[in-house]
Amino acid sequence: MFPTVLFFIFATVLVCAALGVILARNPVHSALLLVLCFFNSAVIWLLLDAEFLGIVLVLVYVGAVMVLFLFVVMMLDINIEEFRNNLAGYWPLAVAVAGFVVFAIINVIVVRHLGGVSLKTAPALPANYSNTRVLGTALFTRYAYPAQLAACILLVASIAAIVLTLRARGGGKPQDIAKQVAVRAKDRVRLVKMASEKRI
Amino acid sequence: MITLTQVLALSGILFAIAVAGVFLNRRNIIVLLMCIELMLLAVNFNFVAFSRFLGDISGQIFVFFILTVAAAEAAIGLAILVVLFRERSSIDVEDLDTLQG
Repeated sequence: MFPTVLFFIFATVLVCAALGVILARNPVHSALLLVLCFFNSAVIWLLLDAEFLGIVLVLVYVGAVMVLFLFVVMMLDINIEEFRNNLAGYWPLAVAVAGFVVFAIINVIVVRHLGGVSLKTAPALPANYSNTRVLGTALFTRYAYPAQLAACILLVASIAAIVLTLRARGGGKPQDIAKQVAVRAKDRVRLVKMASEKRI
Repeated sequence: MITLTQVLALSGILFAIAVAGVFLNRRNIIVLLMCIELMLLAVNFNFVAFSRFLGDISGQIFVFFILTVAAAEAAIGLAILVVLFRERSSIDVEDLDTLQG
C-alpha cells in the first residue's frame, strides 16, 4: 500500500512538472522543471526496483545533460517576450493531439490484455537480488557489443559537438608560412664585435 | 503494489504532454529539445515497467542504451543550436527556412 501512495504522490508531481516544462515562458524555468521531472522519475524507477537506472538518471541526466541545457539556455541571449505572443493559436491542436495520444494509449492498456502479462503483481525478487549486479552481468555478456557501440556513439557525439562549436578566435598562434620564408638572417641575428677576453 | 497499468498510464500521459509541448512551443528550439527528452523519458518508463513485470532485465539494458543515445542527441542538438544562434541570432523555428529554396 505504501509504495502505491508514494507512486501517486510522485506521479502527480511528475505530471505537474511536465506541464510546467511545456507551459513555462522562460526556458530557464522549463529546464529547472525538467530537472524536477527527472528526479521524480528516478524515484518512481526506484519504486519499480530499477535502482541502478534511477541513480544513473539523476547522475547522467540531472548532472550532465540538464546542466548542458542550462548552459546553452543562459549562453544564448534570447528575447523571451518574443515567444510570448505567438503561442495562442496552437493550443487547440496541441490539446487535440495530446488527448488522442492519451486516449489511444489508455485504450490499449485497459481494454487489451497486453499478451498475458500480469497487470497486477510483479514477480517476487529473490532475497539477495542486486539490480546493479544483474544489469552489469547482462550488459557485459549478452550485450557487450552493443555496449561498445554505445561507447562509440558517445565518442562520435562528443567529437561532433566540439567540431561544431569550435571557432578560431583571436590570440591563437598560427604559422604564417610566407613570413617565415621571407625572413633574412640580418633581421634576426645581430653580430657584435668585441675584444676577446684574456685568459687568466 | 504498483500495477503495470498505473505505470503505463503515467507514461502515456507524460508522452502526451511532451507531444502537446512540441505543438505549443513551435518557436523555441530549446524547449522542443526538452520535449524530446520528456518523450524519451516516457518511453523509458514503459521499458522499466515491462522489465519489472516480465522479470526480464533486457528492458533495463535498453533504457541504458536509450539514455546513451539521448545524451549524444542532446549534446549534438545543443551544439547545432549554438552554431545556429551564432549565425542567425535567433532560435525561432520559423526563421529556419534557408533550405526551403
